[in-house]
Amino acid sequence: MGPFMSPFNNLLCMLLGISFTVWFTLLLVFIIVPAIFGLSFGIRRLYMKTLLKVFEWATVRMERGAKEKKHLLYKPYSLNSIIAKEPTSLEEELKEIRRNCSSRELDGSASTTTSPSPSSSEFEMSDTFYFCRRGIESIVDDEVTKCFTAEELESWNLLTRSNNNFNHISTRLTVLWGLGVVIRYGFLLPLRPITDVHMSVCVCRMKNFLSEKVHLMCYRICVRALTAIITYHHSENKPKNGGICVANHTSPIDVIILASDGCYAMVGQIHGGLMGLIQRSMVKACPHIWFERSEVKDRHLVAKRLSNHVKDKSKLPILIFPEGTCINNTSVMMFKKGSFEIGSTVYPVAIKYDPRFGEAFWNSSKFGMVNYLLRMMSSWAIVCSVWYLPPMSRQEGEDAMQFANRVKAAIARQGGLVDLLWDGGLKRGKVKDTFKEEQQKLYSKILVGTQEVRSRS
Amino acid sequence: MGSTSSTLLKIPNVEVLMQETGFSPAHIIRLHDRFKALDKKGRGHLCPQDFGAIKELAMNPIGDRIIGAFFSPGKETVDFHTFVKILAHFRPVDKNRPKEPNSPEPINSRSNKLRFAFQLYDQDKDGKISRDELLKVLRAMLGMQVTEEQLESIADRTIQEADLDRDDAISFEEFRKVSPEILHSRCFIKAPVIMLMERDC
Repeated sequence: MGPFMSPFNNLLCMLLGISFTVWFTLLLVFIIVPAIFGLSFGIRRLYMKTLLKVFEWATVRMERGAKEKKHLLYKPYSLNSIIAKEPTSLEEELKEIRRNCSSRELDGSASTTTSPSPSSSEFEMSDTFYFCRRGIESIVDDEVTKCFTAEELESWNLLTRSNNNFNHISTRLTVLWGLGVVIRYGFLLPLRPITDVHMSVCVCRMKNFLSEKVHLMCYRICVRALTAIITYHHSENKPKNGGICVANHTSPIDVIILASDGCYAMVGQIHGGLMGLIQRSMVKACPHIWFERSEVKDRHLVAKRLSNHVKDKSKLPILIFPEGTCINNTSVMMFKKGSFEIGSTVYPVAIKYDPRFGEAFWNSSKFGMVNYLLRMMSSWAIVCSVWYLPPMSRQEGEDAMQFANRVKAAIARQGGLVDLLWDGGLKRGKVKDTFKEEQQKLYSKILVGTQEVRSRS
Repeated sequence: MGSTSSTLLKIPNVEVLMQETGFSPAHIIRLHDRFKALDKKGRGHLCPQDFGAIKELAMNPIGDRIIGAFFSPGKETVDFHTFVKILAHFRPVDKNRPKEPNSPEPINSRSNKLRFAFQLYDQDKDGKISRDELLKVLRAMLGMQVTEEQLESIADRTIQEADLDRDDAISFEEFRKVSPEILHSRCFIKAPVIMLMERDC
């Protein structure tokens, strides 16, 4: 057995050796060297274009296949709005209901002899219909739950995870999907973390000598490792020292994306596990601001540390995500006003991912960090656009909340996202009673008004 | 995207459900997805807390009552069939439905819609809305924004106008008479979400 096996073994070893060398050379030439010098070969853009063409073909093929088999295609919700809500207010609805009520009475089918005039705002039993309808609408679909689940796509991007039920439509499509799996898990997935970890470690050791350049290099390597194709717009508005950079939050990768184009001081809670390790290693290079969990609750302490950092013009701009949690990149939720109270210049940044190449949203209640990274590294690519918006500062007579809303509206407008008033904290918490009270207030204003109630004889 | 037939097959008795409620296969699938999204623990049925987690419903003044309408007395869970049947109340009325004398009334008939709304008031299900029950609904919709006296005067006036047989309560027939002609009301027929579902299939 021995002599018979050994030439085969030798051959195997040789093959492995060659492929490893080839692979390593490719790695060096196409990823690391350009990252160091900040160049691009344009290969990634070509890759992106090819992928898009393939997805288009796959979608058309599926539709055709379904028509042939006379299956009904289940189309996901349209991308922009789920419920085509006609923006009716409580007042308008009630007026219309009452108009119908009185018109019926005028028809002579009324049983009461004294009918109230249509414009009087008295309680009608049918007023509950409005609330009932709104309630049922929210059961069928609601804005907030939507924000915390991944966006549904119109076309299929050959990732089974983004397809509700994958069925065999045609052999060609299945083969393509199979090929996709092989490429993603066999080639892209092993390539990415190894590049990431290995080179970042090497580079980080040099950190003590060169700081900024090394930082950028490190992040650029990460970016290339993830095959992230990022387009930066309006780089003239990039955040400067002594300012605060705010951006909408979709995933931890936001940090890598922004940091590969500029240096920032990060703010956030110290986590345990993998995240904590990364955070601790980052602190050694740059003065980031990490908080213990107990300190986060003490808002004054947090605000003080932030404003101290900001006053020092030599320190890097602070990067903050005011939503406080990951949102699914179709909308922007309420900004917490803490970072807007500090009083320095705010540089808004809008980040929009292209969901066709891989879902970047981190649904932390569904997936842990490691699972998420795995999904990220086995998706086709991460394509996103970053817009640097012109700096804003708080105006006279504007309070922190209004300023926060103004910045939020600018970011939503630029990124093509829906501007929502909901608090991101609703992901985990319950709705505050104040919301219900507001509804009650609205209704009572219509009914009773600000004067005393009319007395009836 | 994918073909619908396999998802439909996973739902038991889906043919019966479609016939009873009048929803199309595309509707059923969308409702099934929604049901699964609400059923976060994947148990196959919903409990009141699952509904309570819907933020917009939680801030609706009569949210609790609407949730209660899904659970028949004594039951603490609602399965997919019941879920769809209740939502079927909000489908637009079929104007061209032939009137067959022996077939049961469809769930989304005008009468059944009104009955649904009536039940929101009549929590003890005795067939009448008492003054007390009316006060409770008023309190829910107005909260602490009005005084007790204002509430009582509104309730008294409403009963005075609607109560024909002078028994100090509103029966279903009396409720029908004071409710607007549903055909023109925007509340049930033109509920935009149902219209959207119609547009798709």
